[in-house]
Amino acid sequence: MSKILLQIDAKEVEAKEGMTILEAAQDAGIYIPTLCHHEKLEPYGACRICTVEAESRGQTKLVAACLYPVEQGLVVRTRSEKVDKIRKMILELLLAHAPDSRELQGLAEEYGADKDRFEKEASFCVHCGLCVRYCAEVKKKFAVGFVNRGARREISFDPVIAAKECWNCKECFPLCPTEALQAAYVYTEALISTLPRF
Amino acid sequence: MDSARVDQIIDKHGGEASSLIQILLDIQSENHWLPKEALERISEKLQVPFTRIQHIATFYKAFSLVPKGRHQVHICMGTACHVRGAQRVLDTVQDLTGIKPGETDLDLRYSLETVNCLGCCALGPVIEIDGDIHGKMSPARTADALKKYE
Repeated sequence: MSKILLQIDAKEVEAKEGMTILEAAQDAGIYIPTLCHHEKLEPYGACRICTVEAESRGQTKLVAACLYPVEQGLVVRTRSEKVDKIRKMILELLLAHAPDSRELQGLAEEYGADKDRFEKEASFCVHCGLCVRYCAEVKKKFAVGFVNRGARREISFDPVIAAKECWNCKECFPLCPTEALQAAYVYTEALISTLPRF
Repeated sequence: MDSARVDQIIDKHGGEASSLIQILLDIQSENHWLPKEALERISEKLQVPFTRIQHIATFYKAFSLVPKGRHQVHICMGTACHVRGAQRVLDTVQDLTGIKPGETDLDLRYSLETVNCLGCCALGPVIEIDGDIHGKMSPARTADALKKYE
C-alpha cells in the first residue's frame, strides 16, 4: 500500500491509498462531524454534514469527507467559512424534521444554526439510513427498509421478520441520531399490524 | 394471477436478481398491480430481501401495490388544458365513475389519475385512456369516450 501525504487543516497527515478524508482525519485526531457514518457500515453520504473543502491542482471543491478518497497533495479545510455556512443550513433543514434530537441540537449550537428557521415538519427521521443499513449489512436480517420516495420516504419494518427478530436485537435503536424515537414507533406499528384484528 | 405464472415470468428473466425491476414491470403490465404473494414469491426465488423489493416497488410510480382497474384514465391538468376547461372534464369523469384521482372503482373498470402535461397542448383539454389520446374534450364527449372502455 502506497503512502499518501495530504494536508488537513494545515496539518500534514499521512494516509493509505483507498482511505477516505474522514478516516485520515480521524487517524490524525481531527474531528469532522458525522450523522450517517458508522464504522461498521459502507459509506453512504446521505447527511452531508461531513462536507469539507478539498483543494487539489488549484481547484477547490466541496466534498463529503466520508466518501471522498484521499489523494496526493490534497489540501483539506474542515472549518472554513463556506463549510460552516453549509453545515449550518443542513442542520437547520434537518432540525425541521427532528427538532428534539439532542445530537442535532448540540451541532446546531456549534454552528449557530437556528432550529426554528424552517417550518417544522417533524417526521423524526432524517433519512440517515443507519437502521436500514445496519440491519442489512451487519445483522443481515433486512427487517427494516425504506418505502416511498422523496419527501414521503420513511422507514418501515417488515412485520413478519420484525415479530421474529427485532425484540431480541434492537441494536438499530441507539444508532438513530434522532434519539431512536422513530424506529421504536415504526417497529411498534409493524408489530401491531401482526396482531389479530377485533 | 396465479403463482405458476409468476414463476414463469421469473424464469423468463433467468431468475437473476438484477432483473428484479423487469420482472416487476412484467407482472405490473399483465396484472395491473403487484400482489403481496407475487412479491413474496419473487423475494424467495431471487434471494432478494422483501424490504428491498418493497423499497423499489414503492419508489417507482409505474408500480402499484393496490389493485388497478382495467382501463387507466389520465386527465391532463397542465396549463393549456386547464384554461380550456380540464376541471369540467375531470368533474364529469368523477361524476360518471364515482372515483377521485388516484382511486379505482369497485368493478375494477377504471383507475383515475391526473397528469400535468401530455405534450399535445393544441388538443386540450386532453384525456388519455389506455394510451389513446382523446383531444378537444367536452363533458359530453368525455362521457362518450369513457363508455367505449368496458
